Amino acid sequence: MNIIVCIKQVPETTEVRINPETNTLMREGVKSIINPFDMYAIEEAVRLKERFGGKVSVVTMGPPQADNALREAISIGADEGYLVCDRAFAGSDTWATSYTLAGAIKKIGSFDLIICGKQASDGDTAQVGPGISTHLDIPQVTYVKKVEEATDKYMRVERMLEEGYEIIETPLPALLTVVKEINEPRIPSLKGLMRAKSAKIVILTQKELALDPQQIGLCGSPTQVVKIFTPKPRTGGQILSGEVPDIARQLVDLIKDEAI
Amino acid sequence: MDYLLTEEQKMIKDLAHKIAEEKIRPVAAKYDISEEYPWEVLKVMAESDMFGLFIPEEYGGFANSVMNLCLATEEFSRACGGIAVCYAASALGTFPIVLFGTDEQKKKYLPDLAKGKKVAAFAITEPEAGSDASGIKTVAKKEGNHYVLNGLKHFITNGGDAETYVVIAMTDKTKGARGASAFIVEKGTPGFTFGKKEDKFGIRASSTRELIFTDCKIPAENLLAKEGMGFIVTMRTFDMSRPGVAAQALGIAQGALELAVKYVRERVQFGKPISTFQGIQWMLADMATEVEAARGLVYSTARMVDAGVKDVSKESAMAKMYASDVAMKVTVDALQLFGGYGYMKDYPIEKYVRDAKITQIYEGTNQVQRGIIALKLIKEMAK
Repeated sequence: MNIIVCIKQVPETTEVRINPETNTLMREGVKSIINPFDMYAIEEAVRLKERFGGKVSVVTMGPPQADNALREAISIGADEGYLVCDRAFAGSDTWATSYTLAGAIKKIGSFDLIICGKQASDGDTAQVGPGISTHLDIPQVTYVKKVEEATDKYMRVERMLEEGYEIIETPLPALLTVVKEINEPRIPSLKGLMRAKSAKIVILTQKELALDPQQIGLCGSPTQVVKIFTPKPRTGGQILSGEVPDIARQLVDLIKDEAI
Repeated sequence: MDYLLTEEQKMIKDLAHKIAEEKIRPVAAKYDISEEYPWEVLKVMAESDMFGLFIPEEYGGFANSVMNLCLATEEFSRACGGIAVCYAASALGTFPIVLFGTDEQKKKYLPDLAKGKKVAAFAITEPEAGSDASGIKTVAKKEGNHYVLNGLKHFITNGGDAETYVVIAMTDKTKGARGASAFIVEKGTPGFTFGKKEDKFGIRASSTRELIFTDCKIPAENLLAKEGMGFIVTMRTFDMSRPGVAAQALGIAQGALELAVKYVRERVQFGKPISTFQGIQWMLADMATEVEAARGLVYSTARMVDAGVKDVSKESAMAKMYASDVAMKVTVDALQLFGGYGYMKDYPIEKYVRDAKITQIYEGTNQVQRGIIALKLIKEMAK
């Protein structure tokens, strides 16, 4: 089973600061890590490889230092890393990113499965995974918490919902996004770290991918960040007391008065 | 302080640090209470190749390096001295085979130990033979192609949980120390059973049991080195393993120091963090300096062993003695800095005091270490 895992390098803090002038993330001085949700994606891919054979290719789009993220993925069992890196891709929103990554995946070659983390801890959009599947025209199953059964033709997975879960069977190739409930990512081995250190990372630029210039980078990104603000915290609410009919009456009055 | 570690050593230290923070620290209190053997943690260590650090490459490890062992043990001990000793005691049980095993013995035992599929233990101590190893009563009698073992070992770290044991027994009682021999004994051999599991003051995650040999028949090829070399095997093994115990003590001290520094910055009295008081600062400065001095001694000794320096008994004894004395002092001072809270089990610091104490006792009490050091000094001067 040939599996492609899409990962993103993110700042290691949940307290990301935003540049008020440009409305972009301020990354300076913050250590970069693999997006935590992507760690589950890598782990699941490596587990499937250990069960069915094949290989795990990891791909990321980002600046040259995203090379570290790919090497870390190799240290925990991935076989090869692809860095999609070009100034032409800078400023991509989720649309342009998923278009570019889909292009990179086509270039990497045939695959049975693509796995992504459910969302990135910095942007929190959860759009790139589904975007890639749309660009590649393959089925997608989001929020997967368990792979029940897998063959080279189809897969049956449990998809997490707010209350309970669905069981979905999908033909392959397909794209899954996974949640943290799916597994516990392993600690790297020393052999893995050594392999990662000497691994050759393939760099894919616009020259190799030859994507539609109108759909990449800033000009291929329909999203415009107009303003970023912190929503006002919710207040504590109000607790009604008394007998049930009394509370019901109070509640009706409140709804009328406050026009909730 | 920068110890100019190689790229590989840094990698080992970082990986062991990650295991300690993510897999050991969160469960340290649990195992301290339950006294169960921490298999789940040892499995992670095994999968990360940690058991291969002190076993030569040709037998499935990375290198026979005491420095590697020390770096890993120090990091594990920062989080839990008990879990760390399960690991380090396997190295203690493995060294005699690495040092004295025949190629066949090495091929048979080392690959599984290097992968952490099996854990090892070393057994010399008996109820009447602690520091005085000449008091050993366990006997091994040769009968045809076998040796038959009879006797009792106690206080054996990893006892019951290890699969591979190196056991010291007397093959000729009339020769005293020169009548002892070393044997590899596998768990499950008929006549080899386990007795009492000890309820300990510290390092409670590790198992400490009696080994009982009752007409236990082992193949003659399980003899390590030659008959009569049991004490040489033991001494050479301890020269290799003492830096490991020293690294355990060092890690415990370092862990306690870090907790103390963190605590004094948070604890407010008289309207300010207690870290602003000079009395506290001077304690921290002494603690940190002593830990660093211990580290220098431990790493230097480990590097001497790895470089193949023949006689490291004095340095090994110094490292073990000094690092464990520092661990005891620093953990007690760290508890003092926690004040009343430090005395309570809700805080992790009292465990460090309990875990530190054993490092002054096992693998030769610190009084025995001082004896070794002094004797060497006097001999050197007499030359």
